Amino acid sequence: MNWINAIIQGVFLGGLYALFACGLSLMFGVMRIINLAHGDLAVVGAFGVWVVATRWHLSPFIALLLVLPAMLLLGYMLHRTVLARSLRSGPLTPLLTTFGLAIVIQNALLQIFSPDVHSLGSLTGSISTGSWRLTSQLSVPYQGVLVLVVAILLLGALQFILQHTGFGREMRATAQDPETAELIGVPASSVYARATAIAVATAALAGAFLAIHSTFDPSSGPTQLIFAFEAVVIGGLGSIWGTLIGGIVLGIAQTIGATLDPQYSILAGHLVFLAVLASPRGRLIATGTAIT
Amino acid sequence: MTNSPNPATSTKWAVLRSSPASRICSGAMTLIGAALLAAPQFFGANVVQQLTSLFIFVILAMMWNALAGYAGLVSVGQQAFIGLGAYGTILLSQWGVQPYLAMILAAVAAAALAAILSLLVLRLRGGQFAVGTWVVAEAIALLVALDQGLGGGTGTSLRGLNVYPREVRTAFTYWLTLGFTLLLVLLLFFLLRNRTGVALQAIRDDEEVAASLGVRVWPVKFALFVLAGFGCGAAGALTLANTLFIQPQSIFGVQWSAYLIFMVLVGGLGTFEGPIIGAILFFVVQYEFADLGAWYLIGLGLIAITFALFLPRGLWSLINDRLHIRLLPVGYHLLYPRVRGPGRGGA
Repeated sequence: MNWINAIIQGVFLGGLYALFACGLSLMFGVMRIINLAHGDLAVVGAFGVWVVATRWHLSPFIALLLVLPAMLLLGYMLHRTVLARSLRSGPLTPLLTTFGLAIVIQNALLQIFSPDVHSLGSLTGSISTGSWRLTSQLSVPYQGVLVLVVAILLLGALQFILQHTGFGREMRATAQDPETAELIGVPASSVYARATAIAVATAALAGAFLAIHSTFDPSSGPTQLIFAFEAVVIGGLGSIWGTLIGGIVLGIAQTIGATLDPQYSILAGHLVFLAVLASPRGRLIATGTAIT
Repeated sequence: MTNSPNPATSTKWAVLRSSPASRICSGAMTLIGAALLAAPQFFGANVVQQLTSLFIFVILAMMWNALAGYAGLVSVGQQAFIGLGAYGTILLSQWGVQPYLAMILAAVAAAALAAILSLLVLRLRGGQFAVGTWVVAEAIALLVALDQGLGGGTGTSLRGLNVYPREVRTAFTYWLTLGFTLLLVLLLFFLLRNRTGVALQAIRDDEEVAASLGVRVWPVKFALFVLAGFGCGAAGALTLANTLFIQPQSIFGVQWSAYLIFMVLVGGLGTFEGPIIGAILFFVVQYEFADLGAWYLIGLGLIAITFALFLPRGLWSLINDRLHIRLLPVGYHLLYPRVRGPGRGGA
């Protein structure tokens, strides 16, 4: 019964990781870069929601609706100011600049908010604490279901945008060949800026759900980036729904590890990631694409 | 070395390895190296300890630059090998190995582990490699923290070195650091001077084109990754010997990668001299500003971003572009006739 419980909790945790992975996967698919500040941007979003919710005594969900447009704008500006320039100087520069950005964001948050641990759990009331009891030992938490539903909706919406809208076609065209896309009137920099905006907003969404699910502090970003990356690789760079599967596999690995011993939780996730990398499929990862 | 024709009279093109500057500098570096060997004779233990940490930075910056600047492999996980070198030394000295011998063996063990891990992480490229190495470092840090014999999460100290008087200990650690630095400079120098160096730069510039021209990509990347594992392992072991106490959170911390990126970007990515300048600069910056805490790290991050965007080849490129000086003859440069007069073109 313990194991079944661990698997159920793992599935919901996987929903959270899929939320984190979504933006990372989008940016990699469209621009071929991994944004090393992705986790820290998520934490910025979490702090934004926390500030809005506590200052004006709003529900975190309403605060999230106010913060998301700001994060869209932040992502757009991030591309226009830093990423656009770094993309021009070769494949290594975006890595170096986003890593520098991650250091700056973490320490700026540390300076503003102190290293204290925060949570939105207490502000969301029954959603974060309540659960449906199936049996005496099995329960399904409300917020777990909520995160999973949001993750499925977000991934579904992304899939729909990519496959069925003009902007989605522009993103796919630019992902395949930015120069040729420019020739037929799709400016890569504009597509990149909009994709970054969406990616940063989804990161903020994930950050807010992390804050509801557990706790966050200024140094939470790198761990979330690593989990998001593991989810993307386990699920296979190449499909949007693979991201969800990858997140769920990672979540289950962590909760089963935690059932054995709380110390094994994160380690178990890393080991599953390394096992996938070592498997014959790992050979294909470097050449994989995130958007097809 | 090519017989260099006199630029004033010759009308022929020539490709040169060395120049007067690089010859003078190679000689000067040999002299400086000899002078540095004698440093413990003249300075106290505190200065020697500081010099040791400077050379540890030089080793680390050179290794990170070898990966990123020459093979195009941006690693955010070199702290895995730094930590392995340190904890390897602890483990070996617990088994009764003499501490200084344990440090050398631990560096070799880090290289061996790099060889094994390369089978996994060299499957990745670009950003995937960066995060992949980071995951490996985190996993190793968690494994080490689980082992109570190595002090668990609270850290441990190298007791074997306490038997030596402080002056002797710092001097020996310093000489060993200098020895490792010299060994790695020479290894890297010869690696970059023969055809591997050309292959590496071709891979960095475009891996697929390099492969299609017949460069065997994998062995070259493998060699550099193992070399960097060895160098970072040595740097970790030396850090332990210099401070005598380590904690898994700090020795396996990702802040190492932040320091390395800062040093190499500011000094000059993909140049031989750049990381050395960057390491010296970082040493000074850390000495002056580390007390500022978060602001210090914000400053490091902002400077690294600025250099990546506006001066991607670092401070060394400023010197090199204006004066065309190469202090060490690792590359080739073109000597072309200076023709003055109409109708006769030079490039």
